[in-house]
Amino acid sequence: MRVELAPIAPELLLVGAGIAVLLGGVLARRADPLAHLAVSLAGVAGAAAASVMLWSREGATALAGAVAVDRFGVVARLVLLGVAALALLLAHHTLARDGELRPEVPALILFATAGMTLLAVSADLVTTFVALEVLSLSLYVLTGSSRRLVSLEGAMKYFLLGAFSTAFFLYGVAMAYGATGTTSLGGIAHALAGRTETPALALVAMALLAVGFGFKVSAAPFHMWTPDAYQGAPTAVTAFMSAGTKVAAFAALLRVLDVALQPLGWDWGPVVAGLAAVSVVVGSVLAIAQTDVKRMLAYSSVAHAGFVLIGATAPGAPGIDAALFYLLAYALMIVGAFGVVSLVSQGERGTSLEDHAGLYRRSPVLAGLFALFLLSLAGIPPTAGFIAKVSVFRAAVEAGHWWLALVGVLASVVAAFAYIRLMVLMYMREPVGHREPDPSPVPRLVLAIPAAGTLLLGVLPGLVTDVLGKAAVLRW
Amino acid sequence: MRGMLGEYLPIALLAGLALLFAVGSLAASALLRPSRPTPAKLAPYECGIEPVRLPAGERFSVRFYLVAMLFIIFDVEVIFLFPWAVAFRELGLFGLVEMAVFLALVLVAYVYVWRGGGLDWSAEGPRPRATHERAREVVRAG
Repeated sequence: MRVELAPIAPELLLVGAGIAVLLGGVLARRADPLAHLAVSLAGVAGAAAASVMLWSREGATALAGAVAVDRFGVVARLVLLGVAALALLLAHHTLARDGELRPEVPALILFATAGMTLLAVSADLVTTFVALEVLSLSLYVLTGSSRRLVSLEGAMKYFLLGAFSTAFFLYGVAMAYGATGTTSLGGIAHALAGRTETPALALVAMALLAVGFGFKVSAAPFHMWTPDAYQGAPTAVTAFMSAGTKVAAFAALLRVLDVALQPLGWDWGPVVAGLAAVSVVVGSVLAIAQTDVKRMLAYSSVAHAGFVLIGATAPGAPGIDAALFYLLAYALMIVGAFGVVSLVSQGERGTSLEDHAGLYRRSPVLAGLFALFLLSLAGIPPTAGFIAKVSVFRAAVEAGHWWLALVGVLASVVAAFAYIRLMVLMYMREPVGHREPDPSPVPRLVLAIPAAGTLLLGVLPGLVTDVLGKAAVLRW
Repeated sequence: MRGMLGEYLPIALLAGLALLFAVGSLAASALLRPSRPTPAKLAPYECGIEPVRLPAGERFSVRFYLVAMLFIIFDVEVIFLFPWAVAFRELGLFGLVEMAVFLALVLVAYVYVWRGGGLDWSAEGPRPRATHERAREVVRAG
């Protein structure tokens, strides 16, 4: 039996680096965090190189239909690996500062990344489930990895609701198998195509899978865990999970909707549109009511899940293209925003809105970076967030969902208030208290990467449209 | 649709019968038996052991769970080894490599727990990092 390992080489490299860090942490006489960071980054870089090598060999599926080999998978993997590299650097600095850095943290980030990249390329619902579990279990532990009570509380809520949603997903997989006799995405599409009446079991499967994915991408009304988990987790971990989980889960969701359930497009269209509308409204309105910056960004991430869903309502390549661009822009700006918060705050202190008052006086660089990410989150030109919003709205309008685009525009106006209020606090108010932001220059340089990306994609979106256009075709 | 549900009819019948039998037995014994309760009769039956209520608020050391989980992991490992040994010749080199990878991964987990101090039960020995202090902090705060 010949086994072709190249299609999962990125995951193997990530897991290998994770195991090396884990064992290095307990076997070495003196654990050296810098060595762990170097090994982790080498693993991520190797995984990125292995993904790029897959660009030219666009095939169907590999490993007995378990994973897809396509350019969509390559782009999703590269976004995820970029997020992981930024998160590793941020976590290394901020957790060491707060005395919470242990070798398990980079190792778990690597394992979670392996789960995310596998999720983005899975071509079988069983692979999807395994990848989902790898990423979720690592993130539950990472959320509770600091010794603070609020962190453990967030981890507990995340774990319980995550396990609950996993049950929904698994039940959906079982129903899909019952309806079609297969769990491979291509096989399900084949079995559903060309039927005059839709089997009821397939509709039940669709609904259950939608609930499972809704939890993972934190779309309203399945977002309840998001604020607590995002607030409780160490901020660098929040940056990782907010960007990574969303990109990976949306990649898998797009595959399920546009490949496996493509014959049921008329049935899932209204469901996705409903989830999108509820998410943008709930996320935007509740973001205003928050007094904690991490919770505010958590609700904003709920709204952003809704915007990606608006793009996903357009079937086929245009929708995938828009959603992929949105995910890229979202990953850049949310990692940057949480990265700034991780430098302004320390541990669980310093995350309230008040603590960001007068940030411009204390650190003009951090205030400037945060302002850029907030403008992008609000969707104001010339940032990536603006182009991303325009592209999802255009995809939705072209697919005939103009009302959805209207709801999206109104919700972004509402959400802009929350972001701009924070900017007013940073620039026009005097600092309160004596808390000084982290002065070290290295993490600022790290944050300059997503900042440059946010600006560049906002000014010259043409840089990536060619690549994304080629990646927007799913193969199975 | 109807054909598929029809296949489940025997299962539904069996489930119904089982429910009927359980409820019927309990109801019959409640109606027919004389009712003369004594404290000994009312005590929950526990394999001949005097039932003991654990002191309220007692906490188990997290290490019990660790050992239990390690046991399950190695148990599952053995469960995988048996069918592999039976089909060893058919699986050939592929099976051997796969099993070696699986064993290596389980070994990594074991080495991690062992070297991290998770199997150290003595109070003076090297303590598992962090988990100890965290547990104490939770007890204090909670």
